[in-house]
Amino acid sequence: MSHHKVEVKDLRYVYPDGTVALHDVSFRIHHGESVAIVGANGAGKSTLLLHLNGYLSATSGKIVIGDIQLAKHNLTEIRRTVGMVFQDPDDQLFMPTVFDDIAFGPLNMGLAAAEVESRVTEALERVGAANLRNKPPYHLSGGEKKRVAIATVLSMLPEILVLDEPTNGLDPYARRQLIALLQAFHHTRIVTSHDLDMVLELCERTIILQEGRVMADGPTLDIFGNEELLKTCRLEKPLAMQGCPICSPGSRVMPEQKPLVPPHGDKNHDHEH
Amino acid sequence: MLAIDGSLLDFKQLDLLAMRQTAIHRLDPRAKVLTTLIFIICVVSFGRYEISAMLPFLIYPVVLMTVGDLPGGYLLRKILIVIPFALVIGIFNPVFDRQVIMQFGPFEIWGGWISCMSILMRAILTTSVALILVAVTGFPATCEALEKLGMPKVFAVQLLFLYRYIFVLTDESVRTSRARQLRTFGRRGLGIRQFGSMIGHLLLRTWNRAERIHMAMLSRGFSGEFHTTHRQSRFGREEIVFMGGWIAFFVLFRVYNAPQLLGRLFTGTMP
Repeated sequence: MSHHKVEVKDLRYVYPDGTVALHDVSFRIHHGESVAIVGANGAGKSTLLLHLNGYLSATSGKIVIGDIQLAKHNLTEIRRTVGMVFQDPDDQLFMPTVFDDIAFGPLNMGLAAAEVESRVTEALERVGAANLRNKPPYHLSGGEKKRVAIATVLSMLPEILVLDEPTNGLDPYARRQLIALLQAFHHTRIVTSHDLDMVLELCERTIILQEGRVMADGPTLDIFGNEELLKTCRLEKPLAMQGCPICSPGSRVMPEQKPLVPPHGDKNHDHEH
Repeated sequence: MLAIDGSLLDFKQLDLLAMRQTAIHRLDPRAKVLTTLIFIICVVSFGRYEISAMLPFLIYPVVLMTVGDLPGGYLLRKILIVIPFALVIGIFNPVFDRQVIMQFGPFEIWGGWISCMSILMRAILTTSVALILVAVTGFPATCEALEKLGMPKVFAVQLLFLYRYIFVLTDESVRTSRARQLRTFGRRGLGIRQFGSMIGHLLLRTWNRAERIHMAMLSRGFSGEFHTTHRQSRFGREEIVFMGGWIAFFVLFRVYNAPQLLGRLFTGTMP
C-alpha cells in the first residue's frame, strides 16, 4: 500500500526575511509508520509540518503524498489525505458546537447530510467523546478539547495523521488517555513533540531536526540511546530510559551541576522498580 | 480584574441558560427573533416624552422570564451594566430642554427630565429583551435564525466567530493584565502608556491566532464557503400563536396608551 507514503525530498524553505528554516530536508515515511520529529525550539519542526499539507510552499524541493506531488492544484486532495491536528485546540475548534466543528471538514468535502451525521458520530465515538456532541468548545476541559480536535480531523477519514505537540498542556491522566488513543490508530502518524517519553511509547522511528537539518533518522531506541547525539541536538534521554534517581543519583543530572539528591549512605533502598 | 473574570463567567451562564428546555426554549428561533425585533421597533418609535405608554411593554420580558425560567437577579445585573451608557446619552436633556411639561403645585417638571427617563426606559426594555432572546435561544441559534431571515451569511459567520473567540480573547487579556498587576505592587506601574503597548500586544496576538485559525480551516478543506448544518426547526402552530399574540399586543399598546386610558376610565374623564 504505497499510496499512504510521505516523501520529502531536498525540502528547503526560506522565510521572507531571509532566514533559512529548512536546509534540504529529506526523508521517506511508509504506510502505517509512526514517526516522531523531535528537535530543540526553533529547529524547524513546525515549519516542516506546515509544508506537509501545503500551507507553506517550499522554496525548493518536493513533497509527495501517496502518489501525488504536492502542488497548488491538488491541495484539496492533499488536505483531505493529511489530517493536521494543531498544537492549540482553541485554534482548531472554531465552530459554535463540537458537532459543527467535526462536521466542518466533511461539509467542505461536499458530503450529504446523512453521511456527515454518521461520520461525526463515528469520529466522536473513536475518541470517546460522544457525550460532548452538543457542547460549545469553551465548555470543554483541556483533555476533552484535544480529543475533539483529533475527531475534527478523523471525520475526514485521513490516511495520514500529523500531530503537533499532542500532549502539550495535558495533565498526566489526560496525557495517558491520549497516548492510548493514538496507539490504537492505524494511520500513518507523524508527531512532533518535546515529550520524548510519549515518543518512546508511540513512535518506532525518530527524526531529529537541528537548525533546519536532519541530524538523525532511525529507530527511536537507537537514537535515544545515543547520548552524544542527543546532547549536541539540545535533547535529553526520555525519563523512562534514565536511571532511577534514588539508586544512581548521578545519572540524571547535568555534569556541571551537583547531584540534586545527595548520595545516601545506606545501600538497601526501600523502593520498587 | 476580577470584574472581567466575573463577566466572562456570566457569559458562560447565559449560554447554559440557553440549554434549558422550557416551552419558550423549544420555539423556533425565528419566531423569537422576529417578535423581539418588532418589540424593539415599537419601543424605540415612541415619542420622546413618552413614559407611561411604554409600561405595558414590561409585560413581555417579565412573561418570558417567568415561562423561560430565567433568574431575574442575573438579568437585572446585566441590564444595570447598560444603564450608565443610556444615562450619558440622556443626562444633558434636562439642561437643554427646560420646557415645563407637568406641574404639581410649585414643582415644575421639565421636558428634559421626562425625555431622559424615557431614554432610560427604552434602554431597559430593549436590553432586557435582547438578553432574554439570547438566554432562551442561544447565540448560535439566534445567528442562524437571522441568517434564515435574510441576513447575509458573512455577518452571521462574523458574529459566530466573535462569540467563539470572545472567551479566548478575554482569557488572554485577563492573563496579561494579571501579569502586569502582580509586578506593580498595587501602584500605578508605568501608568497609561503601558496599556497602549499591552493592547498593541493583544492585537498582535489576536492577529497571530487569526492566522492559525485560518490555517486550521484551510487544512479542513475550507474554500470560502461556510457550510453549517441547520438544526431542524419548524415553524408550527406554537410559533404562529406566540408571534401573532405578542405582535398584536405590541401594536395595540403602541397605538393606544393603555395606562392613560385606564386612568381616564377611573377618573371618569373619558373623552
